[in-house]
Amino acid sequence: MVKYILKRVFYMFLVLFIVTTITFFLMHMIPGDPLTALVQKLPEQTKINYYAKYGLDKPVYEQYFVFLKGIFTEGTLGESIRFPGRQVLDTIQKYAGYSSEIGLVAVLIGFIIGIVLGTVSAIKQNKLPDKLISIIAILGISLPVFLLASLFQYLFTVKWPLFPTLGWGTPAHKILPILCMSFSPLATYTRYMRSSVLDVINQDYITMAEAKGMSFAQVVRRHVLRNSILPSLTILGPNIADVFTGSFVIESIFAIPGLGSYYITAVNDRDFPMIIGCAMFYTGIYILSLLVVDILYVIIDPRIRLTGSNSK
Amino acid sequence: MEYQEEMFTIVGCDEAASEAIARPQTTYWRDAWRRLKQNKVAIFAMIMLILIILLSLFGSQICGYDHTKMSMDMNQRPSLKHWFGTDKLGRDLFARVFAGGRISLMIGILGALITTVFGSVYGSISAFVGGKVDAIMMRIVEIVSSIPYLIVVIMLSLMMNDSGVGSILLALCIVGWCQTARLVRGQVLQLVNSDYVIAARTLGVSNWKIIRRHMIPNTMSVIIVNLTFRIPSYIFSEAFLSFVGLGISSPNTSWGMLASAGKETMLFYPYQMFFPALMIALTMLSFTLFGDGLRDALDPKLRR
Amino acid sequence: MAETLLQVENLKQYFPVSHGNLLKAVDGVSFSIQRGETFGLVGESGCGKSTTGRAVLGIYKPTEGRVLYDGKDISTYTKQERLQFKKNAQMIFQDPYACLDPRMTISSIIKEGMEVHFRYTRQEADIKVKELLAAVGLTEDYASRFPHELSGGQRQRIGIARALAVKPEFIVCDEPIAALDVSIQAQVVNLLMRVQQERGHAYLFISHDLMMVRHISNHVGVMYLGSLVETAPAEEIYKHPCHPYTKALFSAIPKPDPDADWANTRMKLEGEVPSPINTPPGCKFCARCPYATQRCREEAPQLRDLGNQHKVACFLD
Repeated sequence: MVKYILKRVFYMFLVLFIVTTITFFLMHMIPGDPLTALVQKLPEQTKINYYAKYGLDKPVYEQYFVFLKGIFTEGTLGESIRFPGRQVLDTIQKYAGYSSEIGLVAVLIGFIIGIVLGTVSAIKQNKLPDKLISIIAILGISLPVFLLASLFQYLFTVKWPLFPTLGWGTPAHKILPILCMSFSPLATYTRYMRSSVLDVINQDYITMAEAKGMSFAQVVRRHVLRNSILPSLTILGPNIADVFTGSFVIESIFAIPGLGSYYITAVNDRDFPMIIGCAMFYTGIYILSLLVVDILYVIIDPRIRLTGSNSK
Repeated sequence: MEYQEEMFTIVGCDEAASEAIARPQTTYWRDAWRRLKQNKVAIFAMIMLILIILLSLFGSQICGYDHTKMSMDMNQRPSLKHWFGTDKLGRDLFARVFAGGRISLMIGILGALITTVFGSVYGSISAFVGGKVDAIMMRIVEIVSSIPYLIVVIMLSLMMNDSGVGSILLALCIVGWCQTARLVRGQVLQLVNSDYVIAARTLGVSNWKIIRRHMIPNTMSVIIVNLTFRIPSYIFSEAFLSFVGLGISSPNTSWGMLASAGKETMLFYPYQMFFPALMIALTMLSFTLFGDGLRDALDPKLRR
Repeated sequence: MAETLLQVENLKQYFPVSHGNLLKAVDGVSFSIQRGETFGLVGESGCGKSTTGRAVLGIYKPTEGRVLYDGKDISTYTKQERLQFKKNAQMIFQDPYACLDPRMTISSIIKEGMEVHFRYTRQEADIKVKELLAAVGLTEDYASRFPHELSGGQRQRIGIARALAVKPEFIVCDEPIAALDVSIQAQVVNLLMRVQQERGHAYLFISHDLMMVRHISNHVGVMYLGSLVETAPAEEIYKHPCHPYTKALFSAIPKPDPDADWANTRMKLEGEVPSPINTPPGCKFCARCPYATQRCREEAPQLRDLGNQHKVACFLD
């Protein structure tokens, strides 16, 4: 089991390395660079100095090695070129923090409520609660998030001014974004959970548990939940990782200083260090979450532990 | 009580009854279609989709306006003259929305088709050949699917200087095939170990024939359902890209672009964003509902 | 033509499972089958009978040991020879609900093998299909049906028809009746015997149904945890079982005589069937054998001849 984890961790670094490399070179293929806007009005010599300062005059692969060296020897991701003085790592930390404040809460809400709704929906299959919940779920995955966000913003901040329209600072600012962001995970988890609970509930061992005299609630708690939660857990990982790019859309609509919008800005500014930093950060979190899910899987599903393979 | 042989007479069993065939004759596809027809929601969704596609193809003709023609009637609310109103350059929104629909639908369908075909072939080969080849191919899938799709898409969109339909498609497809590959591989692995495939192998049937005759028809249903669910996700991705500003460039337009443009003026002219967003939502909803129905119809486990 | 059709020599089939363990599904099995004869292989679930059946057909590659068909080792076959082997040796499967492709018509299923080995025209093939359906007791209107329209017993007969279509000399029947109703079981077994009468092929009949095996077999082998513990002609082994396991197994067969003193002749075994993973040395049965000695625990007994083609793997007597 330990060997398995080690292998996966090694994998994680391998993928991170590959993705970073690819991103680095892709990035340099985009037309433009961070200094173009800055230096266009400056005399030639100053321009050259600028480029030399940031090492942008060197060939791409050299820049790559400088970058790598920076990580391994100093543990830094460099400085933002667009906003000199800002350390990439610090910036990421700060803005990732904001994104996650909304995102993690949204995913958690979506997960918990989704699991509950999905279970209820499956238990009362084809009855009224099921139909209602299914409608909500379908809407949740079909309505594009920007439509929802815009709608909510219009309804709850302009038409009926309950919340501040945009900005950041107080808890009130966070409610609408969280609500919007939780809709989609809620719908997804509801659907997943419903389908896996339906599968589990028809199994013989559930009938057996009831025959033994357990109340239905006990059966659900002890047998159904544990066995049907696995598929939902599988997507929980990537969902949490997605949180950190933030939903760019939500952030831009509600003017929240999150990582998502920072990433887009960096890309538009061609701010190389920021771009790479964000990409690495996101990839790292993403792979980490996949790893955590895999490990959770092994812990929860004894079939994998014993047979050493996924018996799906 | 003593039992004697003379007390019993041999009745035998009713051979005819035991040989009676259980169900009326029908092929798999016909049976699936019958089930689908019974699902009102799915049929409704299907009609909806056909309607949307038709409107996208003939929208301009129906309302009589060309979607690029500017006029002096700027920012008009929906009326009898302009059913969806007009935008800030006076272009009829109804025509624009359905012109955008052409692009959005095309990207959605093509994108899903390409990744589904590629993913299916990849997954089938991986599972069928098995062994080291399978292991390597799956490693590649793992690595590619670990790449955050947003990163790649944004990068690629920027890299390609022309933001035509082609480059957007490429950007979307590069990562998308992994899910299909995994799905199909799982299905094929199951099939490879099933008795009738082993029987075919024992009979001496060649590998190619086995694939053609057994594997493909039995994975078709999974592939089709997967395709139906991928389409809305591609439409959504394209809309998202456009919203972020990396989408199709003028004069082409898509629902995402229209919604993005409409967002600017949402507080004053909400209909400019409402209609394209509604189309996106309706299309995604219909594909999802139809996909659900399709999956239920094709799944033999639900046979009664 | 030699009399011995199939010879299995010290067949071992080991499967690696997680953490470097070895699952010894088949651990040194040797027997032979003559032309036109039926060899019954019995044992509990998990004793390795099915794996043996598949290894004999070349579906698995043996970890050790050889399978000789008509004198030649099947692992040394050229492509031509292997194709010929696939015509000569066929298999009938246990699960009638899984052994037929749900998307194919009965006619296509039966024709599938024929297309590989024979050159029939469309009409000839159709006629052959009708003949085969008749041979297994089904009418010709079944040809255009689909498997899901048939009952378990009918599907199993299609499986038999499919195997017969290529005119094999040897058929491995892997628990062909386990999934069927008792009344249908008898029909299917009688069918198997009838076609054997007509066509003269040999069977390896794998089952855990002791009475059926006695009914159909000329020779019987008893397996336990991957090893063959006893083998003898059918009547001989049922009348005079020698190995302690065989004795216990046969004592459990219900006798249709309400007056027989069953309780006292019943030999009950203590303990549980050990795992086939990393089996200890010595006789596989010693943990449960009431007569086990120290030697039994250290040394694995080989099959020794008791005369009358009766072989036992035991140190006793």
